[in-house]
Amino acid sequence: MRRRSIAGRKIANALVTAVAGSAAVSGLLVLLWILFVVAQKGLAALDWAFFTRLPAPPGEGGGGLANAVVGTLIITALATAAGVPIGVLAGTYLAEFSRDGRLAGAIRFCANILMGAPSIVVGVFVYTIMVVPVGHFSGLAGSAALAVIMLPVVTRTTEDMLRLVPNSLRESALALGAPEHKMIFQITIRAAKGGLLTGIMLSVARVSGETAPLLFTTLNSPYWSVDPTKPMANLTVTIFNYAMSPYADWQAKAWGASLLITAAVLILNLTARLLARERGARR
Amino acid sequence: MTVELTDRRHLAASKRRASVGKVFRYLAAACGCAVPIVTAGIVIELARHSRLAAKAFGLRFLTSTDWDPVAGRFGALSSIYGTAVSTLIALILAVPTSLVIALFLVELCPKRLSGFFGTAIELLAAIPSIIYGMWGLFVFAPFMADHIQPFLGKYLGFTPLFQGPPMGIGMLTAGIILALMILPFVSSVMRDVLRMVPAVMKESAYGLGATTWEVTKDISIRYGLAGMVGAIFLGLGRAVGETMAVTFVIGNDHSLASSLFASGNTIASTLANEFTEASEPLYLSALVELGLVLFLVSAVFQAVAQLWLRYASGKVGRT
Repeated sequence: MRRRSIAGRKIANALVTAVAGSAAVSGLLVLLWILFVVAQKGLAALDWAFFTRLPAPPGEGGGGLANAVVGTLIITALATAAGVPIGVLAGTYLAEFSRDGRLAGAIRFCANILMGAPSIVVGVFVYTIMVVPVGHFSGLAGSAALAVIMLPVVTRTTEDMLRLVPNSLRESALALGAPEHKMIFQITIRAAKGGLLTGIMLSVARVSGETAPLLFTTLNSPYWSVDPTKPMANLTVTIFNYAMSPYADWQAKAWGASLLITAAVLILNLTARLLARERGARR
Repeated sequence: MTVELTDRRHLAASKRRASVGKVFRYLAAACGCAVPIVTAGIVIELARHSRLAAKAFGLRFLTSTDWDPVAGRFGALSSIYGTAVSTLIALILAVPTSLVIALFLVELCPKRLSGFFGTAIELLAAIPSIIYGMWGLFVFAPFMADHIQPFLGKYLGFTPLFQGPPMGIGMLTAGIILALMILPFVSSVMRDVLRMVPAVMKESAYGLGATTWEVTKDISIRYGLAGMVGAIFLGLGRAVGETMAVTFVIGNDHSLASSLFASGNTIASTLANEFTEASEPLYLSALVELGLVLFLVSAVFQAVAQLWLRYASGKVGRT
């Protein structure tokens, strides 16, 4: 090994500390800059009408995005209703019924591939199976696309959480004569409840801000739209359309919608994290 | 008599329970199978719907720069090139930065601050990509046009990479936004990798009189190298398929330009912009084929990352 003076080594150490510290701080600053801009421009656009009125014609000013707020809520709720039960059951299968089987290996591998699949490709896939056959866009197709994105995330989280449950709990339940499904529902899933909830909330947060998979499944609509078999208004596609428009009023609305989405995603994330931390503290 | 009756009742009840258990088991297995079925479904459906374009252009689809919806000639090269270049810019910027951020969080920064910074970075990873797109289009692109691009053009303008008018939007801006997007994700994976380094190893190096940087460089990074390569692959997979943030700032132009200031496009941005406009079956089919290419590329990255991480985790501690 080369010999170096202590002073030189200390200087190198201080230098690296400074570089790493400033990189971390500047990375954080840029990201805070983004949040600041979203909050500043978004707050200026949010008012009572934003939540209660329908969109105004271009250039006219006023109006709101009540239809898009409701649409996003409906689409996300439907996606959650489809994606979470299937994902939880799939994760249960991996953790409880088939830990090391060949099928389990294939499911895990595909879940990871699917988790890395670009969300826009999922949109194209759902377009081919749900929009082409019926001939028009629909809120349901958008929910299906979001559910496909949720599925692998919920599956893997459920498996990880159920695996954390100690085997002695399962064995005691079985020794008392409980059948397997009762053991799973009343012991394992109950023991892992907090972790499952955190995982589900994080996956809902993730899909609620997705835009790409909705572009050509749900499309968008300037009207009041609560029928999920028709094209539905939603916040994220509205942001895309309005931001690309030349009207200042629409661009302001896009900022308002951005703030709403960002706040919702961050609040869901923080709540999930707080839940997880509380559980950690209680243990 | 009564004994027999309760016996029979017990038997019926336990049979019923067994069948409930069986139903539950099959239901769980069916849901488990949904994952590979959807994955296979994506490949099959995209391949089926891109048949028209595949038949018309064959392998030329991948090597041609034509993109003329009116004449019905389609080639993916400009989109593939744009995807590769923007991803490369993002990785060049994001990998070293996220490495030092991870080092800072694990080795250098005080414990209490580390928790705060760590949570902040994870929250930033959760911000939807369309928000990065909005910020990129309205705030960052003008900033690029006013400050960064004129500066680069002045001092590096002799290279073909930094020529042309500073328009703000373009390949370089898209690459930088992508870097910002994958930065929180890659740093938090790298942080987890660095945390796995056993304290004993670090303490023995400290005990021999090494400075923090020496411990980091010679112990932590070496120990976690394989995991970090895995983290880079995961970041790569994300950057390749990122849609909204890129679509806002890349300019969406189907031409190949050597300058990073010029507008370009990526596979994902082409899909986002043109899919709803495509009325011709051949046009639509070409777009679906683009989607198929994108899916296969990201699937390969994912598979390589997984196999690599499995291989690496078997090797950890032995090198």
